[in-house]
Amino acid sequence: MTSELDIFVGNTTLIDEDVYRLWLDGYSVTDAVALRVRSGILEQTGATAAVLQSDTMDHYRTFHMLERLLHAPPKLLHQLIFQIPPSRQALLIERYYAFDEAFVREVLGKKLSKGTKKDLDDISTKTGITLKSCRRQFDNFKRVFKVVEEMRGSLVDNIQQHFLLSDRLARDYAAIVFFANNRFETGKKKLQYLSFGDFAFCAELMIQNWTLGAVGEAPTVPDSQMDDMDMDLDKEFLQDLKELKVLVADKDLLDLHKSLVCTALRGKLGVFSEMEANFKNLSRGLVNVAAKLTHNKDVRDLFVDLVEKFVEPCRSDHWPLSDVRFFLSQYAASVHSLDGFRHQTLWDRYMGTLRGCLLRLYHD
Amino acid sequence: MPGKLKVKIVAGRHLPVMDRASDLTDAFVEVKFGNTTFKTDVYLKSLNPQWNSEWFKFEVDDEDLQDEPLQITVLDHDTYSANDAIGKVYIDIDPLLYSEAATVISGWFPIYDTIHGIRGEINVVVKVDLFNDLNRFRQSSCGVKFFCTTSIPKCYRAVIIHGFVEELVVNEDPEYQWIDRIRTPRASNEARQRLISLMSGELQRKIGLKVLEMRGNAVVGYLQCFDLEGESGLVVRAIGTACTLDKLSSPAAFLPACNSPSKEMKEIPFNEDPNPNTHSSGPSTPLKNQTYSFSPSKSYSRQSSSSDTDLSLTPKTAPYPQGPRIYLCPSSPSLSCGSLHLKKSCLLLSESSLIPHHSSLVSPVLRKSVSFSEELFLAASGMGSGSAGKEGGPFKALLRQQTQSALEQRGGSPHRFCRRREFPFFTLTAFPPGFLVHVGGVVSARSVKLLDRIHNPAFVGIMGNTRSYKLLDWNSFNSDEPETRDAWWAEIRQEIKSHAKALGCHAVVGYSESTSICEEVCILSASGTAAVLNPRFLQDGTVEGCLEQRLEENLPTRCGFCHIPYDELNMPFPAHLTYCYNCRKQKVPDVLFTTIDLPTDATVIGKGCLIQARLCRLKKKAQAEANATAISNLLPFMEYEVHTQLMNKLKLKGMNALFGLRIQITVGENMLMGLASATGVYLAALPTPGGIQIAGKTPNDGSYEQHISHMQKKINDTIAKNKELYEINPPEISEEIIGSPIPEPRQRSRLLRSQSESSDEVTELDLSHGKKDAFVLEIDDTDAMEDVHSLLTDVPPPSGFYSCNTEIMPGINNWTSEIQMFTSVRVIRLSSLNLTNQALNKNFNDLCENLLKSLYFKLRSMIPCCLCHVNFTVSLPEDELIQVTVTAVAITFDKNQALQTTKTHVEKSLQRASTDNEELLQFPLELCSDSLPSHPLPPAKEHLESASSNSGIPAAQRDRCSSWIELIKLKAQTIRRGSIKTTVTVEKASPVGDGNFRNRPAPPCANSTVGVVKMTPLSFIPGAKITKYLGIINMFFIRETTSLREEGGVSGFLHAFIAEVFAMVRAHVAALGGNAVVSYIMKQCVFMENPNKNQAQCLINVSGDAVVFVRESDLEVVSTQQPTANCQSSGTEGEVTT
Repeated sequence: MTSELDIFVGNTTLIDEDVYRLWLDGYSVTDAVALRVRSGILEQTGATAAVLQSDTMDHYRTFHMLERLLHAPPKLLHQLIFQIPPSRQALLIERYYAFDEAFVREVLGKKLSKGTKKDLDDISTKTGITLKSCRRQFDNFKRVFKVVEEMRGSLVDNIQQHFLLSDRLARDYAAIVFFANNRFETGKKKLQYLSFGDFAFCAELMIQNWTLGAVGEAPTVPDSQMDDMDMDLDKEFLQDLKELKVLVADKDLLDLHKSLVCTALRGKLGVFSEMEANFKNLSRGLVNVAAKLTHNKDVRDLFVDLVEKFVEPCRSDHWPLSDVRFFLSQYAASVHSLDGFRHQTLWDRYMGTLRGCLLRLYHD
Repeated sequence: MPGKLKVKIVAGRHLPVMDRASDLTDAFVEVKFGNTTFKTDVYLKSLNPQWNSEWFKFEVDDEDLQDEPLQITVLDHDTYSANDAIGKVYIDIDPLLYSEAATVISGWFPIYDTIHGIRGEINVVVKVDLFNDLNRFRQSSCGVKFFCTTSIPKCYRAVIIHGFVEELVVNEDPEYQWIDRIRTPRASNEARQRLISLMSGELQRKIGLKVLEMRGNAVVGYLQCFDLEGESGLVVRAIGTACTLDKLSSPAAFLPACNSPSKEMKEIPFNEDPNPNTHSSGPSTPLKNQTYSFSPSKSYSRQSSSSDTDLSLTPKTAPYPQGPRIYLCPSSPSLSCGSLHLKKSCLLLSESSLIPHHSSLVSPVLRKSVSFSEELFLAASGMGSGSAGKEGGPFKALLRQQTQSALEQRGGSPHRFCRRREFPFFTLTAFPPGFLVHVGGVVSARSVKLLDRIHNPAFVGIMGNTRSYKLLDWNSFNSDEPETRDAWWAEIRQEIKSHAKALGCHAVVGYSESTSICEEVCILSASGTAAVLNPRFLQDGTVEGCLEQRLEENLPTRCGFCHIPYDELNMPFPAHLTYCYNCRKQKVPDVLFTTIDLPTDATVIGKGCLIQARLCRLKKKAQAEANATAISNLLPFMEYEVHTQLMNKLKLKGMNALFGLRIQITVGENMLMGLASATGVYLAALPTPGGIQIAGKTPNDGSYEQHISHMQKKINDTIAKNKELYEINPPEISEEIIGSPIPEPRQRSRLLRSQSESSDEVTELDLSHGKKDAFVLEIDDTDAMEDVHSLLTDVPPPSGFYSCNTEIMPGINNWTSEIQMFTSVRVIRLSSLNLTNQALNKNFNDLCENLLKSLYFKLRSMIPCCLCHVNFTVSLPEDELIQVTVTAVAITFDKNQALQTTKTHVEKSLQRASTDNEELLQFPLELCSDSLPSHPLPPAKEHLESASSNSGIPAAQRDRCSSWIELIKLKAQTIRRGSIKTTVTVEKASPVGDGNFRNRPAPPCANSTVGVVKMTPLSFIPGAKITKYLGIINMFFIRETTSLREEGGVSGFLHAFIAEVFAMVRAHVAALGGNAVVSYIMKQCVFMENPNKNQAQCLINVSGDAVVFVRESDLEVVSTQQPTANCQSSGTEGEVTT
């Protein structure tokens, strides 16, 4: 006696959250059944393995049919085939677009292309995430990227509207898209200590302050503006950043800056002497990063540079985070007192974001 | 008279990409009705076209309006080649043809293609302007309402229940036409869908005509079926019960309580109070005379009814003419019984002993092919009515005489259009209080027929076994014997009627018909419950007054329906009679089998449960007549064994009555399958069932004896366990208790009891029944062993689950609002090697048991819940395949309250109070659970928190989530707005119009999400009140694929198809303005596959009643909290079935 056909269709589509998770994690039906058996569900319900198998198959089929709709979540809301309560719809979407930290760290900043897709095998082996799940996550990134790539307006809003994601997840996706678009290097060994959250935090700050959309200077003639508002860094701004070089190039300005900072921080900093000794190096590092951002290559290495030029030196001197905060505030604020320096707004736009990023990046 | 049909095509969405180059579609729409076609403009390059067409107007006869479906075809325009069809929508406009139902059909319909399934949606608006038709000789029957519900629909009352209507139409099956060789599968499927749609329209119209002729205005319990006879054609047949219904006009009189059956049950005692003096007035004497002259007694029924309060027969203003009717002329045998070949029949009766039954076998002589049967039967209602009093003798004789005379009326000359109403059958399964007087038992009849077959070996089909033979020229056979199928059914019905008569009953209730076809053999089956009805409700109540008065005596007791209608001295079969355990005045059988639902006023002890008998018998493959004979020979044995199994299982459960019994015999190439489902209960009026005793016949040897005693112990244990499980603890009837005035501790009305038992009949009580013989099972061979084993292998459902195949579960009466309707299909392949009956039985048994287990597992989140209306259908699509289809609904209930009501034996007043509590309790519960999704912020937050905490979203995300809901609300309004659609028009429910107005559904063209449409096979929705019936839903779909593997194999294919069928039903209901389908039934699910060719095909036929319901809690909210009403109800809008 073999079962040829075995289906269950409810007027309201049954969604088993546990099975959904197993499906999203890319387990085959057999593996999923085995995992469910191990969870002790048979003992709880008095069911047999055959029942579990049939149940799992049913759910997998349902998810498979839903997957097409999940690729365009608004379709899931409007479709008529599956009657699913709104709260469940939200759950389906949210979980489908959720990703693994380990996976996202591997592809963050990489081009979402076929080439990267080929590397998924390696990523799967390295992270222990099933290839299926890797593919889903990668395809999600790519799909979101493709949809919002050409779109104007707020990146997060666009993502939220077209994928109906929660605010949190939409922000994460904005970060992923932003990183993929600007191809920031995140895979270097010295960046390994950073989490996706750290990068996402930085991405958000950068989107808010360094992109065209950030300035609120909505172009009056739309077609003259080729750049995407939120995805690309403001080219003019990057160009202008060269002007900051004077802060380290001009010896007097640098000295004056140093003395201002030192005066303000004397006695307030545990690592004052180290700071005093290192000030010029640190300042040079920070300003040079800014000055180099005109080159795409250097934009990509932004995080590497920041870690090399600032985070690592401070860390080797064992600066506590509070001291870093004090220092950076003072370092940014003191520039306003430099009479010879004309680019105050530019400096604020640069330093405001950088300060936030650096504080986030500064940990073990 | 013409009507004007107006159609507007608004927009499309989610269309498939038809042009690979641009990834877009140039869509346009053809709107076709009858022979007229309109087209919209082509909407270029869009997957979401906005046609916004003008109104297309069709001027048509109302006859066409009834027959024809509106056909909407969406196409992709192609400049250089033929336009590609995207898909179609068929809309049945029947609901627009009666005044009280829907006024407009408007909404998104899935665009369906028989090869690709659903491909996008289209927004359509349909209206009908109908001119009044005064033509007496019209062919249309607009205005007759149809209901699938097998009881009087909730917002109507029955003025008169006229009786049986039936009709069938026959046509050739397009799939077997010669043209099918050259056309595409799509064209063939569409031709078939369209034809069946046409045929069912025609059938409905013809039935409607019959109803009008009977002066009725509605058909209740309408059951329409298709017989796919293959080469010999396609039969669409329908049966129903004609009624005159009156809409309950004042909503005030229609308390919310009326809708939940639980409460209804509690209310019964009050309703019945006025009854005893109902018919006390004079007309009895004149009526006596009328009886024999067969003149209509309408005048009487009206007079009497004026004092009748519960189900009032209040005179309507004018509509019923009083003159004698044409069919009352002394007439004519519709069928001469002599022409029937041989007819023994099967009576499945209430009995305890094992008597082999005869089964009907009609030798296969009728070989005819059929075309349209135009004949108008005037088959109708009650032959008269009567009752069996305890006095037995003279009264029963009178009754018999009367029935006899009624039956003999038919013995005259055959005159086609002047037939008497032949069959006193009712397709209803639940009745107004007082309608059912006595129940005799189940009557059933089967006959085996040979379908015609034209051999044409030259035309071997394209699709292998699914389309094997084609007809060369169908038309040449068309004119043959149009009456064959009619005659077949008439024969069966005749038999049923005579069975009923043998049981001393004049009517058959819970009547249904079915067929099973395999190749050229067809088994026709009919079954029902023989009953004696109260003539008050029947138009031609040909019952004399003295009988009436006797009836009155019976009415107050709730055990009346259990009392035997037949003469105890002259019983049609041996049965063990005892005095009724309730009233102790009249005789009852020890076991009662019926096909109806449990009467609401019946006293039941404990809970009920689903009982199934399953059986397979191998049969040799044979051709034609040999095959038919073989089947005929097997049938009686199957009937007998099914019956034995049912009886054993019933006893094993410690119960004494079966309701909703449905025995299905399915014929396959090499086997016969029998599946009987019923709901077992313990009726307080019937005696306690004896146990089961096992006796060994083989010579004594120690181990064997031991084995037997072991088995016996197991059986006894099981019975004890079941009694505990189903809470069956009938009162011990010992002498002390009998002496006391209130012998039974049940919460039945003491008032009534003390009246009826004022004089205790201790002397009459037959005490010997207490030591009644137990049921003896003899184990003398392996077969019997197997039987015993199979008895014990049935596993009870896991705790928290109950199941039944009736509308409601006896013993559970506090349903909560969560319902989940589902369909489950399983097909197993038997290993063909040396199959034995035993192995087959085991396989089949396992299949059903595993299926049930799976259901329990899947629905475990709903515990405590009850599977209601569990409907199993077995088919044998191929040699080694068994297909079982189950449709049922899971309903949650409140466990605590269940315990309370069963355990407390309070008086009625107290019980009332608890009912009120229940209502109060239910209300806030529902509010908080229902309102979450779309409520303003705070609850949403809470909800999300709970959702995220068990859904694995990290806690840190929660705060963001709450604002996310808000955001989505603000930004994606398109999405949010949709949930408003769910709210029902509260029309009559609320006294204040203002709040109402805002609650109306959003305009359908708004870009809204999908409103929730509930589906249930039951006639009600727990916790809600049906405010409006919008019309019958009757849909037939074909789906075919030539890429079976790509669609996920057979399971993937069928899973998707059934989901699509649900979607299309929901869309149609929503377009009618409804939010639920009640009495939903999947009548057919024919699945054929050919894996070698990567092909499969499936046909599904579903029906139900589209309704508008309002939550009881909403009603209260609207009426009590006027200022906040809007906000509150918008909270419940997002409410969803799970």
